[in-house]
Amino acid sequence: MEEKLIGVDVETGIEFQLHENLSLLQAIEKSRGNVIKVGCRGGGCGLCKVRIVSGEYEVGKMSAKHILPKDLELGNVLACRCFPRGNIVFKVIKTKRC
Amino acid sequence: MYLKLSKQKGVDMKNGVIRPGHVQIRVLDIDEAVRHYVDLLGLIEVDRDMEGRVYLKAWTEVDKFSVILREADEPGMDFMGFKCTSEEVVDGLREELLEFGCEVEELPESELKDCGRRVRFIAPTGHSFELFATKVQTGKWGVSNRNPEAWPRGLTGMRASRFDHCLLYGPNLLPTLELFRDVLGFDLAEQVLTPDGTRVAQFLTVGMKAHDVAFIHDEEPGKFHHASFFLETWHDVLRAADLLSMTDTSIDIGPTRHGLTHGQTVYFFDPSGNRNEVFAGGDYHYPDHPPVTWDAEELGKAIFYHDRVLNERFLTVMT
Repeated sequence: MEEKLIGVDVETGIEFQLHENLSLLQAIEKSRGNVIKVGCRGGGCGLCKVRIVSGEYEVGKMSAKHILPKDLELGNVLACRCFPRGNIVFKVIKTKRC
Repeated sequence: MYLKLSKQKGVDMKNGVIRPGHVQIRVLDIDEAVRHYVDLLGLIEVDRDMEGRVYLKAWTEVDKFSVILREADEPGMDFMGFKCTSEEVVDGLREELLEFGCEVEELPESELKDCGRRVRFIAPTGHSFELFATKVQTGKWGVSNRNPEAWPRGLTGMRASRFDHCLLYGPNLLPTLELFRDVLGFDLAEQVLTPDGTRVAQFLTVGMKAHDVAFIHDEEPGKFHHASFFLETWHDVLRAADLLSMTDTSIDIGPTRHGLTHGQTVYFFDPSGNRNEVFAGGDYHYPDHPPVTWDAEELGKAIFYHDRVLNERFLTVMT
């Protein structure tokens, strides 16, 4: 059985149930957690940028305009392209279009 | 004012530009993108080139291709191309573009497969556009040009019938209108004006359609809002939305109706976050028609006629 994963938004303390086969954004949308702006859901628009404070994850392809190599070092990802592999603590990064 | 404009331009409003010919879209993963544009939208793959670009067409289009997908690390639009009546027209417009002050570049024949040379220029909004006159014509897909049947069997997904227009966001709408109207022969079909008369949206047409290209003001240059594809009926739009749910495709809004152009529409995203629209119906425009104006205070209704409220994504999410 799939292990239950938990995501925590640092700012609000709200917890979300995560799934390995859903992106962080999908999991938050599914639980109606309104902590991240939802844009294209395809790694293109940059609206759902977050910093992963702790936890294991994998990422899909993301627009180089919004995620620079430096971002990846800092743990900055687009939530729509972030797939949790453990419990995640994250912080929403406000972009200029938010 | 519009009487004066008509006198200035005479009756030849088109200046030799016929219609939107193609759009090159950047995608993060070419295989995912092809599945989206072919299996879901119903475009037809017609070719690939050495650079790995994929060429697609919608079934009613006579030219060989109208959409080119290019894998890149950032999604968005590389350029939109307009077809002209002749190579001489392209040469003449090239000179006028230079006179207008545009940066102009010439792309040789076959840089795009089976396409003649193209003249590329950058509009004041920061977007790249092209003019060309020659492209191989393979005819409508699946139907003959002689005693043609009504439609071809074997179409997939939404069965998009043509690439119709793009909506682009950027600054400098006024000089962009002047460029498209005075040099290229487009008409201003619809506009959104603020109380002080500032134009914040302009829908331009080079034929009878409600728009061939549209611009909305944004401080950031060169932004791609969506590429739009035409469907025949409202039921086709509903069916397209059904397919979005069946395939769990990222939806933006709809099905609904626009106030601007009155088209029936649904918006969604390709797997790289580029927005697509499929739509049906909508208004038409003749060169003697004054522009239709929406007041900026009515922007919600202008964009989404039923909700009458703008969803924030429409103004903030672009590639």
